[in-house]
Amino acid sequence: MSNKLIGEMGLHTKISNIFAARNIITAKDALSMTEFELMELLDVGMKEIRLAIALISEATSPPCQSVENEHLLGHLPTHLKGLDETLCGGIPFGVLTELVGPPGIGKSQFCMKLALSASFPVAYGGLDGRVIYIDVESKFSSRRVIEMGLKSFPEVFHLKGMAQEMAGRILVLRPTSLANFTESIQELKDSILQNQVKLLVIDSMTALLSGENKQGAQRQPQLGWHISFLKSLAEFSRIPIVVTNQVRSQNRDETSQYSFQARLKDGFQEHTKTYDSHLVAALGINWAHAVTIRLVLEAKSGQRIIKVAKSPMSPPLAFPFHITSAGISLLSDNGTELKGPGINTIHARGHSDMINFHADCS
Amino acid sequence: MEAWRLPLSSSIRGKLISAGYTSLSLISSVSSSDLARDVNITEEEAFEILRMANQSSGSSSCNGSRSLINGAKNAWDMLHEEESLPRITTSCSDLDSILGGGISCRDVTEIGGVPGIGKTQIGIQLSVNVQIPRECGGLGGKAIYIDTEGSFMVERALQIAEACVEDMEEYTGYMHKHFQANQVQMKPKDILDNIFYFRVCSYTEQIALVNHLDKFISENKDVKVVIVDSITFHFRQDFDDLVQRTRVLSEMALKFMKLAKKFSLAVVLLNQVTTKYTEGSFQLALALGDSWSHSCTNRVILYWNGDERYAYIDKSPSLPSASASYTVTSRGLRNSSSSSKRVKMM
Repeated sequence: MSNKLIGEMGLHTKISNIFAARNIITAKDALSMTEFELMELLDVGMKEIRLAIALISEATSPPCQSVENEHLLGHLPTHLKGLDETLCGGIPFGVLTELVGPPGIGKSQFCMKLALSASFPVAYGGLDGRVIYIDVESKFSSRRVIEMGLKSFPEVFHLKGMAQEMAGRILVLRPTSLANFTESIQELKDSILQNQVKLLVIDSMTALLSGENKQGAQRQPQLGWHISFLKSLAEFSRIPIVVTNQVRSQNRDETSQYSFQARLKDGFQEHTKTYDSHLVAALGINWAHAVTIRLVLEAKSGQRIIKVAKSPMSPPLAFPFHITSAGISLLSDNGTELKGPGINTIHARGHSDMINFHADCS
Repeated sequence: MEAWRLPLSSSIRGKLISAGYTSLSLISSVSSSDLARDVNITEEEAFEILRMANQSSGSSSCNGSRSLINGAKNAWDMLHEEESLPRITTSCSDLDSILGGGISCRDVTEIGGVPGIGKTQIGIQLSVNVQIPRECGGLGGKAIYIDTEGSFMVERALQIAEACVEDMEEYTGYMHKHFQANQVQMKPKDILDNIFYFRVCSYTEQIALVNHLDKFISENKDVKVVIVDSITFHFRQDFDDLVQRTRVLSEMALKFMKLAKKFSLAVVLLNQVTTKYTEGSFQLALALGDSWSHSCTNRVILYWNGDERYAYIDKSPSLPSASASYTVTSRGLRNSSSSSKRVKMM
């Protein structure tokens, strides 16, 4: 929309030519300047500028949509009853869902299970479509996926040829660099609808960006483009996009307070609390604003917990889970509600506690 | 006043000044045909210049009963206007009380906070609450929801709309109001239909839409609230030239203020948060920079205080700085249950 040509908007020829002469070709060029600046640049009176801008704006403006029930988003069921209920059906279509947690907690396991679910026929709660799995850290294991399928949906998987067909729908990409990844997702945009792609998984976003040897400040603009692109991709094609994120330790001088909070001394947390050595999600606050649903996976006192940290339509619930040969399963479908910012904190115990597949196997 | 301050194109201005018309008094003293001949411009252009010069110099028109300056109102008349302004409730009475009754119409209010604190929730709640009919104490208006991030979730809007309808039924039942035979009760679907939803995908579209709103609202006069969720998103990602960004944002803020005053509606801009290095440490601050902080009339910051969500009036011409707690429930925004943490005045 922003690249709409001014020449095709039905402006008076004279003013249209003036715009073109000053190299203002698209709507974006015209609207990135204030009216006063345009007046100076084009040497035209204010009234004419206003008229021209009004016409350009009307042509570039997005249409008004009505918020209707039919517009209700579809969902990809996670087959975790408590989580699906909280999220009104599962991972929603058209938005970015983030899984964040310390290493080894089960993010990739969760993603693999989701990929499997999406490839399933609709009768078994799947989306009957293809899955694009962008595997940056080589965590995808086809053997594991088949094992999960056999254990969780034995009646489907034991049918002849089903395993092959389901696995055949999951397309794994291993980009070697950020540029490579960027190219691939740009290609995807056109082919998603044609090829019945129903889910995009990016595991993990952090690894892609940290692979580039750039300082933190420079990383922001890159991330900005990817955020906008992924969000528009999700909305345009109405598919769920699941992204995993890593954690980093909180910097010493990082704080989560505003300047006025120091003045309001009504029982706020002691300042030292912010120096707690707990972890925070990587990729920054800009990314945190951009994702619509954030699921935090953490381990506390040996128990793994999945928390719905950010979701416009769910209360902040936490569910204990464990990982079995069938994938992730919830230990209780009744989540505990966590009030307060605690829902966002991430805890991790030592590695030895966590990677213990065989002990959990039932 | 100098002639070069007039909003004219540079070539006309150049001609005026080289012909010797450097001040407005000189311009006003001639007729338009003389001006046209002297400066070598057309009659229409000369007429336009004279009109602008007369406006700016504040010379009164012939009937001296008009006020001293065109367009000014005296403070007493404004007081009556301000007091009779309707306000949109946030469904949380503590929050309403620090806001002086609710979000005021004819004003631009900025609400910012960290992700997950409830900005979109407030946006959706306001777009539902503006539709509460006058019989129940509301405005009976419609809402424009400008979504730049795709955070508007229909399921959530439906939940809040249903809760609102239930509350209204309870209220009217309690007040024993008798509806007319043909009066239709509001249904959740009607509430959703009265929200004009725009999905904006770039800052160009955002600017275009703001410019276009004047025409749109003239055609839909019952719109009483415009919510932008969020004002920051596109400007943060794609706009590289920060100085230019500040100028464009200021112009946008002025346009919103004009809309608010012209149509007597409330404009609510939701903002994101960034970290800023001030006073020797990193602190949270609302995004878009210091210049933007000046642009909005009212500013409310949402933050975590212990385990509770709080709202703080950071900037307002008439309200004292105060904070109040609120919660987000499945029915929408409500008072927080802990009665001890009530409104705290500074």
